[in-house]
Amino acid sequence: MTEGRRVLLTGVSGQFGGLVARALEQRDDVLEIVGIDVREPPNDLRRTEFVRADLRNPLVGRVLEAAAIDTVLHLSLTSQPGAAGGRTSMKEHNVIGTMQLMAACQASSVLRRVVLKSTGAVYGSAHTDPALFREDSTPRIPPRQGFGKDAGEAEGYVRMLGRRRPDLDLAILRLANLVGPRVDSAFQSFFALPVLPTVMGFDPRLQFCHEDDAVGALVQAATGDRHGTVNVAGAGTLYLSQAIRLAGRVPVPVPLPFVSGLSAALRRSGRADVSPDQLRMLQFGRVMDTTRLREEFGFEPEYTTRAAFDDFLERRRLRGMIDRDEAVRLERELYDFLQRKGQERFLESQRAGQEGRV
Amino acid sequence: MTDPAKIEAQVFSLDEQRAARDARFQEEVAGGGRERCGAMTAAGQACRNYAVDGGRCRVHAPSDPDTEVVPPRRAARREPGLAGGAPPARSGARPHPAISDTSGGSGAGDGRGTAAAGARRGAPRSGRDVGEGGSQGRTGQGRTGQGRTAQGGGDSARADQGDAGGGGGGPRHGSFAWADAQLLQRGYGSAIDGLELLRDAADDRFLDALRGLVGFLRRRVTGAYEIDDFGFDEDLTTHVLMPLLRPLHRHYWRVTSHGIEHVPLEGGGLLVANHAGTLPADALITRLDVFDLTGRHARELGADLVFRTPFVGELARKTGATLASGDDADRLLASGELVAVWPEGFKGLGKPWKDRYKLQRFGRGGFIATASRAQVPIIPTAIVGSEEIYPMLFDLRIVARLLGFPYFPVVPQMFALPVLGPFALLPLPSKWVIEYGDPIEPSSFGRDIAEDPMALFDLTDQVRERIQQMLHRNLMGRRSVFL
Repeated sequence: MTEGRRVLLTGVSGQFGGLVARALEQRDDVLEIVGIDVREPPNDLRRTEFVRADLRNPLVGRVLEAAAIDTVLHLSLTSQPGAAGGRTSMKEHNVIGTMQLMAACQASSVLRRVVLKSTGAVYGSAHTDPALFREDSTPRIPPRQGFGKDAGEAEGYVRMLGRRRPDLDLAILRLANLVGPRVDSAFQSFFALPVLPTVMGFDPRLQFCHEDDAVGALVQAATGDRHGTVNVAGAGTLYLSQAIRLAGRVPVPVPLPFVSGLSAALRRSGRADVSPDQLRMLQFGRVMDTTRLREEFGFEPEYTTRAAFDDFLERRRLRGMIDRDEAVRLERELYDFLQRKGQERFLESQRAGQEGRV
Repeated sequence: MTDPAKIEAQVFSLDEQRAARDARFQEEVAGGGRERCGAMTAAGQACRNYAVDGGRCRVHAPSDPDTEVVPPRRAARREPGLAGGAPPARSGARPHPAISDTSGGSGAGDGRGTAAAGARRGAPRSGRDVGEGGSQGRTGQGRTGQGRTAQGGGDSARADQGDAGGGGGGPRHGSFAWADAQLLQRGYGSAIDGLELLRDAADDRFLDALRGLVGFLRRRVTGAYEIDDFGFDEDLTTHVLMPLLRPLHRHYWRVTSHGIEHVPLEGGGLLVANHAGTLPADALITRLDVFDLTGRHARELGADLVFRTPFVGELARKTGATLASGDDADRLLASGELVAVWPEGFKGLGKPWKDRYKLQRFGRGGFIATASRAQVPIIPTAIVGSEEIYPMLFDLRIVARLLGFPYFPVVPQMFALPVLGPFALLPLPSKWVIEYGDPIEPSSFGRDIAEDPMALFDLTDQVRERIQQMLHRNLMGRRSVFL
């Protein structure tokens, strides 16, 4: 324990898992990193050892024992049914996979710490939501389907492990929507659409978490000693309409009755993987309180929501129809014009006054 | 103070012009005896600028352009009776030699004056910050702007000469011919004419207002505005929604209010008011009244139905309302905001005409618990007049249940629908009176009242009783519903 940690990562072949593995490789206090996934990791990882296995495979338990793993980082909860091969297999992986992994963790004798990468989606998204979700607030309308429900159940298994093994440290990180240059997310595919469908009459408040901050918070959770549930997000909020304007895109408000039909069509055409729970997000939004992250967990996100989104736009080269600099320039031009007219008028009035008096 | 020698023409920005306009009175009192420039202008008149150093003004200073500094910008304020009754008749105006001298550099073509003028024109612009949006490359913009104006200054000498040759054709100043040509080339010509027409028709303030409007539009279009965690968009609220409501407040319902001194100017406070009128107009109007009188935004707490309704929920969030839950109210009060709550909720809003000005049950007293947790004063508020905007004759319960509304009102205006069409559905123009009562200080109720239901209900009833009394008092004092 004193000399360093032996970390097991699930979902290491995903874009985000790869980033976390690379960040862990940089650290001297991490002795060994073992990655588990069903696919080969496409990332150029150096120190990380790779085990190709499904989480439901009993092999995971043997790896835990053989490598004397003391920290498990569970990153493989997936939110996109399309990428996971359908909603059924996504749920199978998210819920049953976590259950099996926690069972293996319970059996391990050297394990000290379990970190779950969860999501803000566990709070759901509804009109009865408070302005900001604290870690201990319970939503009046919990998510009934999709990723939020899966993550809620996965969190349940992690907490159950905590009850059965009180000697383990547990950390559950609820991440806001990830944006950033490398990790693909639902919002990335949304903002890649030519025009952005929104729900007519609704303007959700959004909150983003930059991928660097998410990686930083997870590495800190894995190597530190803080435990408990914590929200991870950038400070501040953006309205969807504001985000669309920042991106210079054109919103197309869709009346509520047609929204689900449109999203199904988009899903079938493969342009955007928008699941029903994300549709509710487009209607009501969700914002989390990050006081605990900053004060108790001791992690200060580098990017605010706004800065994260700006960085995302810039590094992804998402160029919209309206260029912000162009707008500033046009305003400046008009301003100059007005100023000039004001001068002329002033000079004239002087002249008139002068002539009147002479 | 009508000495023409006092006239001074070194103003290059609207801001200064405005300042001059405002400072006119003080200047008339103060006066001033500064030294004038001793040089002669190209037109053979004495230069009227103030002397800066060596008995010369900025334009006629013998120094080289590199060592020149920005001229004293306050100079313009010395002018008494400036733009006051100045006739806007632009067409008749001819460029006055002394003035075209300072703006375009001397017509005789000494390059020094031109360079100085160019530098001067560039300076205030580069220093000014038009857009507050934190967009990248603003410094670059500033630089290019400066370069452009410098070029404009260079061109201006030529343009001036052209003007002189053509007998000063038209009202436009020669020094800006280049920029005007640019604008014309881009096809903004008709827009410029329109602007000039408008400007002639309106006051000077028109320009200020237009500039404000353009800045606002740019902020909205590019998303360069801030919202708080609750989604309160102050930019939109104060610049669009409140100006839209103000005519209703001033002229339609002619709101008079008293007791505003009871609303704290800083720190938390909880406004508790009666709710009536089928549509929550009283919430909006009270909010505006408080804002206009104290400059504070009273953050409303709304029912969850509000946030489920399309458009309404969106607007409510943007104006700073949030869900009426203990969580949100605590958070707002803890950050020192003024919070407004209408504890009757839909029961007060949708009560029948026969029950007008009879306060309904005040929820479950949650607002008292919130105020005690935050230790803020409760300000009982009585609104008279909102009952009469939509008198509710019946409540069509079946329709309401089918549509998912809390009530479905039948108001007298509906009977005028066949005659007046949609105009019939306007609210009635009743006369409103808002009274802010004596605050109930947190010292009078303990911090632990939230844990004591009996005391909580008791205090809730007290607040309700007090508002009821205020309502009766104001009702007795009013002459008629509409006057």
